[in-house]
Amino acid sequence: MVEKETKIEYNSSIEKILSLSEKIKNGEQIALAKAITLIENEPELIFHVESHWNEVLKTRTSHIVGFTGSPGAGKSTLTDAYVTKLRAQNRNVGIIAVDPSSPFTGGALLGDRIRMKRHFTDDNVFIRSMGSRGNVGGLNDAVFGVITLYKLYGFDYIIIETVGAGQSEIDIAYVADSVVLVLSPASGDEIQLMKAGIMEIADVFVINKSDMEGAQMLKTNLEMVLQFSESSKPIILTVATSGKGIEELYIEIEKHKDRLHGSGEINERLKRRIKKHAETLVLKKINKVISTENIDESLMVYDLVDRVIDNLCEVYNTELRNKEV
Amino acid sequence: MDKRIRVLIAKPGLDGHDRGAKVVARGLRDAGMEVIYTGLRQTPEEIVKAAMQEDVDIIGLSILSGAHMSVCRRVLDLMDQYDFHIPVFVGGIIPADDAEELLKMGIKAVFGPGTPISEVVKKVQEVVGQGVA
Repeated sequence: MVEKETKIEYNSSIEKILSLSEKIKNGEQIALAKAITLIENEPELIFHVESHWNEVLKTRTSHIVGFTGSPGAGKSTLTDAYVTKLRAQNRNVGIIAVDPSSPFTGGALLGDRIRMKRHFTDDNVFIRSMGSRGNVGGLNDAVFGVITLYKLYGFDYIIIETVGAGQSEIDIAYVADSVVLVLSPASGDEIQLMKAGIMEIADVFVINKSDMEGAQMLKTNLEMVLQFSESSKPIILTVATSGKGIEELYIEIEKHKDRLHGSGEINERLKRRIKKHAETLVLKKINKVISTENIDESLMVYDLVDRVIDNLCEVYNTELRNKEV
Repeated sequence: MDKRIRVLIAKPGLDGHDRGAKVVARGLRDAGMEVIYTGLRQTPEEIVKAAMQEDVDIIGLSILSGAHMSVCRRVLDLMDQYDFHIPVFVGGIIPADDAEELLKMGIKAVFGPGTPISEVVKKVQEVVGQGVA
């Protein structure tokens, strides 16, 4: 009986997301806002939107730009300045701003909007704040679904701002078409810049707060490190609060975008995003199965691995059967 | 399903005292809610637009400037205009007579100085109609 009830609820949420998606396509922001909430609470609902609007979505060319970097480096302020530039070019923009959720209570304080006030009443800028909700890669599992909804709405640019990232929160590399890594003076010496992880994923480097001491030194160090790998990635000095360097940032992102399209690399990025989306959903299922396994201390790890894989297949088959009924 | 209560905490008007707003934001966060804080000196238009895009369940306004009557009226009017209806609560320095008037106007709750944060949490959960996850 209980099972039946949850199934009815699921069907109605499918109908709900599909009816909202119709309105999103017609440019209704309130429908977009409500659909995002549904997707956040139940990320797999996006499958229905994607299969229903497959043909339309294929024609969408929204460019996805990711801003990542350490807390307080100026990601939100830089996003704000970049959006101002995009608006001057008459582009419409959808923003996803992720901040960390508490691992203890699940609560979150989402403060990225504070830096983006000047766009609040601009109907061509849509800002959505999200908690990371247990995702440890710097994003939120619903980000993939929200990208689809933003594409359906028809934004020219989709900007994703990650949580403040340290060294290994690199999921944005699998999601964005162009990744901007935001550094600020006093980010450490050249050894920090040589470490693997986040330094490897940038398409464009930004040294923000470049009016502070140490900016030029950081640039020199970064240039040197990039030379080791014969990389010609651009490094831009900015002061996001005054707008200095934003024009250059815009130009470099456009150049990167053109290169992606010229070389066909844009399709590789799309494939990478699809794989990552699938991985995120599969991992979630695995975690769910593992957390409900009852084990005693005599059980060997490899036995548990086998059991989890078996149970996973069973859960999947049951879900499949339920869908067919 | 991973449903969270989403709250917008906003400071309309021209006073710069946001300690109260921050304490409430932090308290609601610790109660497991997702709290969007938009900073100082927001216009009613900015607040309502932000609430719509964020699809929050409730708006909390912090007002210490004495402008609470006109600000609240304007926020409620805009919500009518956009056909966007969610509960609004207010905190700050609000005289008792005005508090009564605000409740009549359609504000769901008014909290004065010294309100325990647990009371705010309880009221928000009650108004939104959902317990803590």
